[in-house]
Amino acid sequence: MNRMEFRYLPMTEQDERDMLETIGVDSIEALLSDIPETLREQASLAAIGAPLPEVDLVRHMTKLADKNKHTKSYPSFLGAGMYDHLSPSVMNHMLLRSEFYTAYTPYQPEISQGELQAMFEFQTMICELTGMDVANSSMYDGITALAEATYLASAQTKKKRVVVSGAVHPEAKDVIRTYADGPGLSVDYTDVVNGVTDVSDLDLTDASCLVVQYPNFYGRIEDLETLAELAHEAGALFVVSSNPLALGILESPGALGADITVGDAQPFGIPQSFGGPSCGYFAVKKSLMRKLPGRLVGQTVDEDGKRGFVLTLQAREQHIRRDKATSNICSNQALNALAASITMSALGKYGIRDMAVRNIQTAHYMKEALKAAGFNIVDEGPMFNEFVVDFGRDAEEVSRHLLEHGMIGGLPLGTYEGERQTQMLVCATELRTKEEIDQFVEVVGGMK
Amino acid sequence: MQHEQTLIFEVSREGRTGYNLPTPTVPEVDLETLLPATMIRKEAAELPEVSELDVVRHYTSLSTRNHGVDSGFYPLGSCTMKYNPKVNEDMARLPGFAHIHPLQPVETIQGALELMVDLQEQLAEITGMDEVTLQPAAGAHGEWTGLMLIKAFHERNGDTARTKVLVPDSAHGTNPASAVVAGFETVTVKSDERGLVDLDDLKAKVGADTAALMLTNPNTLGLFEADILEISKVVHEAGGKLYYDGANSNAILGIARPGDMGFDVVHLNLHKTFTGPHGGGGPGSGPVGVKRDLIPFLPTPIVTKTDDGYGLDYDRPHSIGRIKPFYGNFGINVRAYSYIKTMGAEGLTRVSREAVLNANYMFARLKNAFDVPYDTYCKHEFVLSGKRQKALGVRTLDIAKRLLDFGYHPPTIYFPLNVEECIMVEPTETESKETLDAFCDAMLQIAKEAEENPEIVQTAPHTTVVKRMDETLAARKPVLKYERREASSVK
Repeated sequence: MNRMEFRYLPMTEQDERDMLETIGVDSIEALLSDIPETLREQASLAAIGAPLPEVDLVRHMTKLADKNKHTKSYPSFLGAGMYDHLSPSVMNHMLLRSEFYTAYTPYQPEISQGELQAMFEFQTMICELTGMDVANSSMYDGITALAEATYLASAQTKKKRVVVSGAVHPEAKDVIRTYADGPGLSVDYTDVVNGVTDVSDLDLTDASCLVVQYPNFYGRIEDLETLAELAHEAGALFVVSSNPLALGILESPGALGADITVGDAQPFGIPQSFGGPSCGYFAVKKSLMRKLPGRLVGQTVDEDGKRGFVLTLQAREQHIRRDKATSNICSNQALNALAASITMSALGKYGIRDMAVRNIQTAHYMKEALKAAGFNIVDEGPMFNEFVVDFGRDAEEVSRHLLEHGMIGGLPLGTYEGERQTQMLVCATELRTKEEIDQFVEVVGGMK
Repeated sequence: MQHEQTLIFEVSREGRTGYNLPTPTVPEVDLETLLPATMIRKEAAELPEVSELDVVRHYTSLSTRNHGVDSGFYPLGSCTMKYNPKVNEDMARLPGFAHIHPLQPVETIQGALELMVDLQEQLAEITGMDEVTLQPAAGAHGEWTGLMLIKAFHERNGDTARTKVLVPDSAHGTNPASAVVAGFETVTVKSDERGLVDLDDLKAKVGADTAALMLTNPNTLGLFEADILEISKVVHEAGGKLYYDGANSNAILGIARPGDMGFDVVHLNLHKTFTGPHGGGGPGSGPVGVKRDLIPFLPTPIVTKTDDGYGLDYDRPHSIGRIKPFYGNFGINVRAYSYIKTMGAEGLTRVSREAVLNANYMFARLKNAFDVPYDTYCKHEFVLSGKRQKALGVRTLDIAKRLLDFGYHPPTIYFPLNVEECIMVEPTETESKETLDAFCDAMLQIAKEAEENPEIVQTAPHTTVVKRMDETLAARKPVLKYERREASSVK
């Protein structure tokens, strides 16, 4: 066996001999003697293949990556929960400070002040954007955070019925339904009228919560204030899933009556990465602080009275409370929370507002251009950076046609809803130029 | 004394920015015509106003106040803090992986799907399971998914009385938490004098109401459950399923497979065994592997090989449904795949053998200076007890804090719960003998200090940027976000 073949393994033959001698055995096998012989014989790694040196590895990986069409060469109009946004150069540079990414959960605060403070700042920024009192230091993603919110609401209200707006992301509906099978919750969906949650016939009897998305799956901005009132009248918590970038300009869920606001910070410079890892956030009103899932960082002082940060209120968590914890979450998305914080810091108070406005302006331009080309906008109304257009023909076909012209089209809604076969959910972020949008309209216009 | 680190909000000055938006290309329309006034924020979110250099200085400064594997030895038991290869970071950032959208037309994401199918097959081989899903986001998410699969399996068989999950007293806290979130009750199984599952206690507790036994093997004491085949027989004969917590799989690569041990469901922590990295707490990835009879229940979609390439299979009528949007933490899966390809079969086998040798070597060097609850060969990690030092007035917490002065991240402490003043050490295979020796020397010195000069240990750390933190204050008067001080609001 050629020892030199493995650059991550420093053990030399001499080391091995010396260590075995200290232990008092003559081979590593002796240390494995408690493992049943049959198991040793069955263990196989036949499918794994030979080790690859770095150059070979990079060649292999590049070949795989090159089989994908990516949004750096194909202008993308896809959103639907994962967005193509700018990512400041400083973000990646700071993220590659390996003291951050090669650390784990900051259990030892004296040597983890960097991570702890970064999380404290993240919690602050999320509270600022959402208008909530308390935010945790991240969840897996916006959608599992939403599912966890239904758990919190049920635990808090002691009710088992969850009411979800029909205009939340279809994958969120799926995840909420799967999660509901754990504690045995029931899930009902509201109707959608004119692209928003139907309030005319809302049945919140025995509901633990009303869940809405803001902006919703179809890109429309829900009337949170009215929905919050209806939820609260029925004794239910009001849960809002919100794109935090949109909150750069939209009134905050906290100001409009949300009890829990969750979402995904992916729009803050986190690469789409085929859907993950992104960065869930979870924020609540103060009264729900001790019911929060996940890790919380708090400010305190050290023995000399110097300000510092620690993981706190850990009595909620699985490593202390085991079967009585508020959630089983352990590993979270800390590194992406750091990424989002860096982007939010770089953009700043006005940058984030301007970026949000730019999204609205760009999507608006695209919507008007499609209308001018004779296409029908479905349920038109106030929106952020997404809207639904009806092409009057199979939207999958439109998507393929756009691809042939070097563009990634929006989401054919037939993917999730059979009756919307001709509709496409289109997204235009600050990265889309007038030229790209004009080309999109020209290409789809040429299909008529 | 070092200065107090400023918060990014405290460096903020009105009128600065750290980023410039792209040049506008679409005509600007008056916002009031696009949004009703009621929808527009009345107060701006108070994010910091800082220059780009401010951002760089701030986060660079924070990074220097953080200890990672790249900073130094990090023998945190059950967390597998091994080296995180740099090339994996580069691979995950290839535009063809980093900048693809999960809902792109399937023909535009063939490389991503191919990688996922390859990784699923590799992980199935490593664990001895029949099919793998990459959807769970982390270990605890994998545990919960696995238990939901078991629940669906029993329900499908009309076996609705199986409401209990057995969990050893040495189990990770996530095990009982996941079981409860999946709608089960937990029953604790005792460890015996060997530190292994007490077979008599297991036999007494297993029965017609048992849905599953959750087990980590090697367990959290670093000991291989030598009776695993008998345990498997007992649980299966009672109609229960066996769940494998893969947090400790760094000990078993190419040595023994959970599938062969009799486990029906397995999760792996790709951020541990397969170099993640840990990211300061995440993101992780927690793939779940199952035996054939549980395949129908796996979350949708399943990534599969098709006649003309790779695709996503949603046609699974008995699936528990989706457990995460899209297809899991793909970026972490790319890194794990890159690691497995780098190591190959031979490398992975060496990983576990050398992780085991390193742990036993450290144990041999330290076992006379500390109490040893289980004096036997360990696997990839081992536990010591600080009982002897506690009698001298030096607690395990003090020992951990004193290690900070030597530049080390301490081992896991006070876990598992069934060992008094527990110190749980996992060196991993990527550390050299010199590093292990230096750490052992420090531990031996601290043991000596506990006898001769306990105060230096009790008052540690002495060299860190902050001293011990007042955690009681943090919990009693929670300050969970920055509140603008009065003075700073006065212009």
